[in-house]
Amino acid sequence: MSHYLDLFVRAAFVENLALSFFLGMCMFLAVSRRVSTALGFGTAVFAVQTITVPLNQMIHNLLLRKGAWAWAGLPEIDLSFLGLIISIGVIAAFVQIVEMTVDRYFPALFRTLGIYLPLLTVNCAILGGSLFMVERSYSLGEAAVYGAGSGFGWALAICVLAGLREKLEYADVPDGLRGLGLTFVVMGLISLGFVGFAGIELR
Amino acid sequence: MSTSALRALARPIVDDNPVTMQVLGICSALAVTRRLDTALLMSVSVICVLTLSNVSISLLRNHLPRSIRLIVQITVIATLVTVVDQLLRAFAWELSRQLSVFVGLIVTNCIVLGRGDSFAMFHGARASALDGLGNGLGYALVLVLVASVRELLGSGSLLGVPVLVPRDAGGWYEPAALLLLPPSAFFLIGGLVWAVRSWKTQQVEAAEPVPEAAAPEPVR
Repeated sequence: MSHYLDLFVRAAFVENLALSFFLGMCMFLAVSRRVSTALGFGTAVFAVQTITVPLNQMIHNLLLRKGAWAWAGLPEIDLSFLGLIISIGVIAAFVQIVEMTVDRYFPALFRTLGIYLPLLTVNCAILGGSLFMVERSYSLGEAAVYGAGSGFGWALAICVLAGLREKLEYADVPDGLRGLGLTFVVMGLISLGFVGFAGIELR
Repeated sequence: MSTSALRALARPIVDDNPVTMQVLGICSALAVTRRLDTALLMSVSVICVLTLSNVSISLLRNHLPRSIRLIVQITVIATLVTVVDQLLRAFAWELSRQLSVFVGLIVTNCIVLGRGDSFAMFHGARASALDGLGNGLGYALVLVLVASVRELLGSGSLLGVPVLVPRDAGGWYEPAALLLLPPSAFFLIGGLVWAVRSWKTQQVEAAEPVPEAAAPEPVR
């Protein structure tokens, strides 16, 4: 149990996808102007990440890994080079399913989240989560915890940044720094704060 | 090469730089810039993928129904990236291991999809190739600048060759360890954006708080 808790904390804080691996930055800059939209988008990332990472883990382990076809008498087959194209396919398909389900059963939620859902396909945080899972060869349970943790960390980071950006609109800054430049500097400061989590281990 | 072609190539390098102006492809620009050699390798990979994907998408553009264009584009890009990834693993194993998942993440690099969808879908193969090359070079320029600063001041070397000999190796230079940490990349790119916008003042953003809907969202 404590192993999973440790993995969750590490994925959410120490190895925060947005602030220490810089994943999903384009979205991060685009939708962090208001806390409300950031919260909605963060929730969507959290949900998709929690499902797609274990899903990709299963596909990788059962179909693509070297030796996965041994039961069929083909132990030599190694399809892992297809991992990238399959992962992005799974993510795109899953995002589409989520979009249709939410649209059908939760129309109110769809109106708030609708425009962001298709963007999740090209969010590098989500593909990155799946690629890290393969690189670190997580088991199914670990993949599920890692997916939830990293999604939570990403959502947390974007909400913090949105809160700061809302206040910064009232700040008087040099012309060239306004907007994008200042956002980068603020993100650097948040990231510096997250460096403080380094070395935390729950055993 | 004619002047208009040259201009198409040069425009994305400073005036319409993918990183500092179009806000595309930030993720990898920040992540691989700890050392110059990984940044160079990443730039070359992105330039290859971007040029080839722009050409392929431009050649396919008249046969693509609008509703499925994104899926086709993603498949084209993912195929090219898989090829680059396998080549790097075969011929540059050490460096490709340091780049870790970031080569794979070129698939979701917004520059590639953004240029494919907003430029190559409407222009011929030659123009698209130039656009891809130009944007790739603009991206490479930012990467190399940031990586040079981080490696030179952070570990006192360039491309692994010691330039400012650090104190623990018998030299005089005290390495700025902050520059090896992730936050420094944010500060450097923020500073770079500031510098570019002070020079090209037409890029400065409007002072009034923009309403959500009117704000220009980057093309993904």
